[in-house]
Amino acid sequence: MSPALILAAPAGARRSWRKDSVLPGFPLALGVTLTWLCLIFLIPLSALILRPWELGPAGVWAVVTDPRVLAALRISFGAAALAALVNAGLGLLIAWVLVRHPFPGRRLVDALVDLPFALPTAVAGIALTAIYAPNGPLGRPLSELGVQVAYTPLGIILALIFVGLPFVVRTVQPVLEDLSQDVEEAALTLGAKPPQIAWRVVMPAIAPALLTGVGLAFARAAGEYGSVIFIAGNMPLRSEIAPLLIVIKLEQFDYAGAAAVGLAMLVLSFTGLLILNSLQAVLARRGRA
Amino acid sequence: MPLIVEDIAKRFGDHVALDGVSLQARQGEFLALLGPSGSGKTTLLRVLAGLERPDRGAVSFGGEDLLAMDARARRIGMVFQHYALFRHMSVAQNIAFGLEVRPAKARPKPSEIRKRVERLLELVQLQGLGGRYPAQLSGGQRQRVALARALAIEPRMLLLDEPFGALDARVRRDLRAWLRQIHDETGLTTIFVTHDQEEAMDLADRVAILRDGRLEQVDTPERIYEAPASAFVFGFVGEGVQLPGEVTDGVLSVAGWRSPAPAGTPPGAVTVSFRTESADMLPATADGLAARILTLSRRGGSSRVTCEIGGQTFTLQAPKSLIAPGVEVRLAPHAVIIHPK
Repeated sequence: MSPALILAAPAGARRSWRKDSVLPGFPLALGVTLTWLCLIFLIPLSALILRPWELGPAGVWAVVTDPRVLAALRISFGAAALAALVNAGLGLLIAWVLVRHPFPGRRLVDALVDLPFALPTAVAGIALTAIYAPNGPLGRPLSELGVQVAYTPLGIILALIFVGLPFVVRTVQPVLEDLSQDVEEAALTLGAKPPQIAWRVVMPAIAPALLTGVGLAFARAAGEYGSVIFIAGNMPLRSEIAPLLIVIKLEQFDYAGAAAVGLAMLVLSFTGLLILNSLQAVLARRGRA
Repeated sequence: MPLIVEDIAKRFGDHVALDGVSLQARQGEFLALLGPSGSGKTTLLRVLAGLERPDRGAVSFGGEDLLAMDARARRIGMVFQHYALFRHMSVAQNIAFGLEVRPAKARPKPSEIRKRVERLLELVQLQGLGGRYPAQLSGGQRQRVALARALAIEPRMLLLDEPFGALDARVRRDLRAWLRQIHDETGLTTIFVTHDQEEAMDLADRVAILRDGRLEQVDTPERIYEAPASAFVFGFVGEGVQLPGEVTDGVLSVAGWRSPAPAGTPPGAVTVSFRTESADMLPATADGLAARILTLSRRGGSSRVTCEIGGQTFTLQAPKSLIAPGVEVRLAPHAVIIHPK
């Protein structure tokens, strides 16, 4: 081997993490990305992660295992999970109808789906409360049936369904549009019944997108504050959400305690999203390798 | 005649896709539906498969009324132009799909399904690729998987919708011969849609030519080529010269050339057609159609000549001698085909 080649080898090895690409701008793009992430993500997040430890490990543990905090976390994440589950079905149905069944006024409905994105969440919360309160137009008949929606966990779930719905619809819709109809026709000529086509042909194709949408809806719902506090009633241990607890602790100047609850939420959300994303990656890899 | 198609019509909004098509196919016949795009050939195929409901007409297969049956119940194998494979399933799972979805009573045992998949993989020459996913295969391989999948349900008839349309010329030619071989081995009645006349003429026992939702001719490739039923068919299945002419008192006059009209030709305005390869090029003193040579390109022993006859330009093969651009020659066709206008 010539000396030049020996010398060249380490240089090549040092650069090996960076794939050669004909597209320009990699160093600049990466630099901007990292700076941006630092400014808006990493620095605030590290503050959140560092702050609680002023209380010492035992202090953090005491805050996080406080029954009121545990109940709030359970309500926030439990309601978010249930709402995401409902949105999975509801969002899939809406996306399906929007893509497959051209009906008059479809564009209007299509635009309405995005409304929860645009509407101030507090407005949505107040509107839902007005309607579902025991003296509201829908709340009254429901309470006569013995179902109370406003000021109960059910109301929280309702508000979270509202804010999470567009995520599912908007992630599933383009994939459904992309799904060519001849695949379903092929399944039909092969003797598959409509439920078999839906379950074995359509669902696997849209599952990764559906999972992404559900993950987003879940994450959004877990941290939701504005729309929930109006309809939740905010009774400790029963209908008090974790974000509200954080605000309460802040108002009591218990910054470290608030950060501890925030840290707990961060860990739970991150774990949930990690699981959903790995599942999604496994699903998406099938048939694409 | 196991397949009898009678007076099928179908319109999509204002567009008439099929306008009263009647057609028959024998058991085990390889029939090609040939026509330009928009001629209704794919619509006809989809009617047979049960993916489209015709506005009127009847289809029977082996005495059974096909239109009264669901696409699912027809047991007709269909191969789509863009493969329509299930992306998230392996090749073997794709092939097994039609068997797996059967109700438990009619479903073969898993070991039997595996065996059948193996046999089909062998038939389409994809042994050992059962574990791959469609995305890992070439276009030609994907289409072979699609065919194996259609054959897995032991169909009573096989329909192919431009199956090689998305493949390159070389792969197409290979697959063509191979498809004919599969057809001969399985003995299935096969209907094949294409817009490529060469493919249709090469493969099929009989060719049905469609135009604007109507059948122009159904015949063997030889008959279609030699005795086209219309000027359109003549122009669609091969290169040739078509000129307006007139028949009066048994004499055909076309572009200034007069010759006795074939016996029984009715008088009136006609379209005169002949194949360029069956016309002699003669000096200007001889009897024939007056032609003027515009350009020529030499290739081996002969030349490709562009010439002008009666205001239209045509390309044909000619011997090297006697020709140069600008020269007047005479074209003497061996046989002319005359269609009334």
